[in-house]
Amino acid sequence: MSAGVADRLGGRSIVFGDDVNTDVIIPGRYLVSIDPVELGTHAFEPLGEEVQARLRESRVVVAGRNFGCGSAREQASTCLIGVGVKAVVARSYSRVFFRNAINTGLVAVECPAAVDAIKEGDEVWVDYEAGTVTVGEKAFPFAPFPPVLREILEAGGLIPHLMAKFAKEKN
Amino acid sequence: MGKTFAVKALERASGLTDLQPGQIVDAYPALYMSHTATWRCIKTWEKMGEPELFDKDRIAMVMDHISPAQTSKIAGDHRLSRGFREKMGIKNFFDVNAGIAHVVLMEHGLVKPGDLIIGTDSHSTIYGALGALGTGVGFSEITAAWVTGKLWMRVPESMKVIVKGPLPEGVYPKDVMLKLIGDISADGATYFSVEFHGDWVESLSTSERMTLCNLAMEAGAKNAFVPPDAETMRYLEEHGVDMSTVQPLASDPDAEFSRTIEVDGTTLEPQISVPHDVDNVVPISEVAGTKVDQVFIGSCANAKYDDLAIAARYLKGKTIAPGVRLVVTPASADIMAKAAADGIVTTLIEAGALLTNPGCGACAGSGGAMADGEVTLSTANRNFRGRMGSYESSIYLSSPAVAAASAVSGVITDPRLVLA
Repeated sequence: MSAGVADRLGGRSIVFGDDVNTDVIIPGRYLVSIDPVELGTHAFEPLGEEVQARLRESRVVVAGRNFGCGSAREQASTCLIGVGVKAVVARSYSRVFFRNAINTGLVAVECPAAVDAIKEGDEVWVDYEAGTVTVGEKAFPFAPFPPVLREILEAGGLIPHLMAKFAKEKN
Repeated sequence: MGKTFAVKALERASGLTDLQPGQIVDAYPALYMSHTATWRCIKTWEKMGEPELFDKDRIAMVMDHISPAQTSKIAGDHRLSRGFREKMGIKNFFDVNAGIAHVVLMEHGLVKPGDLIIGTDSHSTIYGALGALGTGVGFSEITAAWVTGKLWMRVPESMKVIVKGPLPEGVYPKDVMLKLIGDISADGATYFSVEFHGDWVESLSTSERMTLCNLAMEAGAKNAFVPPDAETMRYLEEHGVDMSTVQPLASDPDAEFSRTIEVDGTTLEPQISVPHDVDNVVPISEVAGTKVDQVFIGSCANAKYDDLAIAARYLKGKTIAPGVRLVVTPASADIMAKAAADGIVTTLIEAGALLTNPGCGACAGSGGAMADGEVTLSTANRNFRGRMGSYESSIYLSSPAVAAASAVSGVITDPRLVLA
């Protein structure tokens, strides 16, 4: 059990396709806010109210290739946290979305086999310690995060990680 | 086995040797750029208890995405940024009048070959036009770099793109990049350091190289790179860089590239990226005749001096089609001044263009919004749904030549059919 990441993260899933871009995840017009909850109310707004309603009921975002492509906006990750998403499971990520996820404390795992198995609305659980994504009775392994990324994730993100480090150095 | 540029640049920035692709290292950037996200960095720094800055002279701030302020909230964000600049003595601060961060930093001599540069903007890959390793990060990482001076970086594999030229009349570097992105797709270069090579690349101006390196991001690149040469040195000198501090890096002749791609530019026709993904690319013949409501000539991809000059060439003595809005947003104040001095601005205005202040403008959703069902043809680098107003509007991407020719006809038009 690590400080910042629960053993099991998950719940109902919402499934997207390939190349979901940052402007769809959180439109640029809302970047004037950095409040995750407020941002969360606008997450996936371009896709319409039905998608947003399903998102609010979901705890795991499932996607195909290149999730989060486009802008470097960190709010693409924090808006998901704000709307209650606990983890993202995708075939692959854009590099800057992946960085932002780690740095804001959102568990984002690459697991193509699990993506193949997940249907909209399935219960999906990510076991961070064991390195598995569980869908129904089946568990799919994902490659563990490198130690330096784990440290950041487990602290709840880059800024909390640094603040904890500074506090420790002071004492 | 020789080393790639990316390996060498990260060895320089980390102080380590013998790096291998896949390794994760602590790297110390030469510059940390924040744009309109600056206020978010400052708020984050305040939350951290205002720790001491690692090196304030490596901080660069440019108020570009929403300039001038449109709301009192944004005016407050700008005021916070100016206050921080005063309080901390940040010398590399560019206000709402300056233009797009990437272009402004290069014009002010802040980007040097071999430097690692991070920015709160995905198109930070553009710094490769001057032989630097530029890459985009979130605002928390910029804030962390202000304090610690470093960030974790994965040493990337490298990809070589060889472009065969010359290009036919009416075809430009933008078309080459749209073709490449369409061919390899939006994640075809993900995590890669993308290097541009070949005689044609060597023949390009620094401004044209910016277009290549900027758009490499749309294929997912971590960074992009054109090997520095005499043209690079000319640009650096012209923009006030102390040449004694310049130490270029480039890949060794026997360096390993994971992938090599050749693009034949000699037979290329103008390319169009159609809604709503950048890699949705077709030759112009497939969409010629599509009605446009607005044409936008702007962005860090294609609103530099040469881009405006190309547009003016197609617009000189002509008038844009009735009912079409032509919005021109120069990339920087310096570019705007030069275009004003030599008559380009007059040509554009006489043709019916709406000339705005320099900055990101409509590309970042600041002005130039569309209503439901409208279509914009844009010289920018993104056509994502809802980026310019209504979620039910559409964005097509093209070169400045296609944009200018289409503004005159009111429909997507092949510039090769227009210019006498």
